[in-house]
Amino acid sequence: MSFERTQEKLKILADAAKYDVSCASSGSKRSNSSKGLGDATGMGICHSYTEDGRCVSLLKILLTNYCIFDCAYCVTRKSNDIKRAAFQVQEVVDLTINFYRRNYIEGLFLSSGIFKSADYTMERLVAVAKKLRLEENFHGYIHLKSIPGASDELMKEAGLYADRLSVNIEIPTKEGLKLLAPEKNREDFIKPMVKVKNEIILYNSEKKLIKSTPKFAPAGQSTQMIIGASGESDQQIMWTSNYFYKKFNLKRVYYSGYIPISYDSRLPQIGTAVPMLRENRLYQTDWLMRFYGFEVHEILNNDHQNLDLEVDPKLGWALRNLEQFPVDVNKADKRMLARVPGLGMKSVYKILQARRFRNLNWEHLQKMGVALNRAKYFLICQSRDFERRDLTGPQLKSLILQNSTSKYQKILSPQLSLFE
Amino acid sequence: MILPQDYTLVYDGTFDGFLTCVFHLYDLKLKQVHIQRKIHVQESLFGTSEEVLTDLEKSDRVWKGIKKKTSAKGRSRLYYAFLSEQEQIENLLLRYIQYALKSTMLIDADFANQDVLKVTQVAKSVGREKHRMEAFVRFRLTKDGLYFANIEPDFDVLPLISAHFKRRYADQKWVIYDLKRNYGLFYDLENVDIINLSLPDDFDATKTTSDFFATEELEFQTLWQDYFESTNIPSRKNMKLHIQHVPKRYWKYLSEKLR
Repeated sequence: MSFERTQEKLKILADAAKYDVSCASSGSKRSNSSKGLGDATGMGICHSYTEDGRCVSLLKILLTNYCIFDCAYCVTRKSNDIKRAAFQVQEVVDLTINFYRRNYIEGLFLSSGIFKSADYTMERLVAVAKKLRLEENFHGYIHLKSIPGASDELMKEAGLYADRLSVNIEIPTKEGLKLLAPEKNREDFIKPMVKVKNEIILYNSEKKLIKSTPKFAPAGQSTQMIIGASGESDQQIMWTSNYFYKKFNLKRVYYSGYIPISYDSRLPQIGTAVPMLRENRLYQTDWLMRFYGFEVHEILNNDHQNLDLEVDPKLGWALRNLEQFPVDVNKADKRMLARVPGLGMKSVYKILQARRFRNLNWEHLQKMGVALNRAKYFLICQSRDFERRDLTGPQLKSLILQNSTSKYQKILSPQLSLFE
Repeated sequence: MILPQDYTLVYDGTFDGFLTCVFHLYDLKLKQVHIQRKIHVQESLFGTSEEVLTDLEKSDRVWKGIKKKTSAKGRSRLYYAFLSEQEQIENLLLRYIQYALKSTMLIDADFANQDVLKVTQVAKSVGREKHRMEAFVRFRLTKDGLYFANIEPDFDVLPLISAHFKRRYADQKWVIYDLKRNYGLFYDLENVDIINLSLPDDFDATKTTSDFFATEELEFQTLWQDYFESTNIPSRKNMKLHIQHVPKRYWKYLSEKLR
């Protein structure tokens, strides 16, 4: 491995891969049983964080940024005038192994621009994973991109060596995709997803009969959508997300606020702020769907097509459904506790446990870490002290906003600064 | 504050030593007891102080008793909180143990009891430090082909991370050395042993010099630093979040933060 050449390539191909936000390294079941290198069981580990606050868990690179496609939103699109580079299979293997041995990373995230054809590209991605597993006896985490249009045979092989596979739908609506990436269509993204889903189902049933069935993508599939590039509503995004979770058993959907990278008139212009607050609200909604027992239509529907940026989506829902409150902390079931603004699932679990010993009061809740500034309007507990006023949703909202400071204050109230 | 009627038990700082103290105070039916580490002992005009010698048979008996009255979670919480080395932690753990032993039901989930909640919280911060060390250990390849890492964790977490690193780096020799507590773990491809090193006078743990480290080591550090820079998105810069995740006290041994 020539140091200078690898260094140059690494800079280019890491830079090109950074817009893929997925960095999960958890949920796999690959243990190191043969005294080899690495272990991917259980919890993921973020080995560092970039200055933008994102986790660095995997060596996230493109195999190459040469690409035959010209998708407007993509930094490696054919028409973009940038430096191009391509790794050799062995270079990626060496970097992964040496970074892993130093405890820099949990494993590899390998994506690629599409050169020549989908199969030609997918074949090379699979070759890297195969070499890591079979020649290096590597048991760390491997995340491979499913290249849209790749054959079923290649996708099957990919799943044997990778822990996770993902294909990014990128644009939440069909219309948006048509506008920004006219050469691509939804079906190309979906085909590899279907194959992987079916293989995982097959694996799970065969596993019951034959214990030695080789693992297939044990950490499942994920996808990513770009937010704010094609004028879509929050409802469109989350309904699409919900569809993919349900239909393809996805482990994760990622939301990536669009970072302006071109002067293309179809897109937000360079200098436009990244919609980070909106992105955050979408993730909160995603969590409510996956862990808090909410259905997507309870939060986003035809009457409420976009999330309120000022308050979190659970509080937003509660303000529209005040008739369901207050909730008695000492009696309510898990489902309803999880719906109380200011109660996270950890608090819910603690409350359920602790109330077996005694009735809980405000002080108990506060010490356990409940965000009472929100929760106190929606709860009653072992205390004569509770919100007795019959407040309307808007009144309650302004009361809560007055008594709390958002870390997004700056984004919410863009004040003119005269002296900058 | 130590009062005249108080009794202080002094032990060697090991978990078994602490459990021996617990044995001792139940055995002698002592009330108003303080348990202190030898290195923390404050001379007091009042009260009685006694040094307790660690006795594995006694500590074992106490642990068996605790086992019957706690959940697996509760037990590991006690050990985690002990490793925090916080002053007075022994007295807090003692109250937890006493509450557990006298109760008819398992009390590990009684989060409205302030001792249970406090032990849970301390154990959680130790757990967080354990997880941080699993993340922030940076091995450097020495001239002798050994992967060496130095750390200075807030709590004594080496015993907690040993299994993780043994499983993960089964095919390379490694050392993780706690410079603050002056002991480390050494894996020789078979077992993990506890070691004490006398590091050379001219060894600066924050620098990777060719006196001690392999030549390729510097190259891989450079590549890692390059990668760390390239993967950042400047238009999303958020230093507050960055520092929250990677507090500054850890920077000096993180190669990506040394450029």
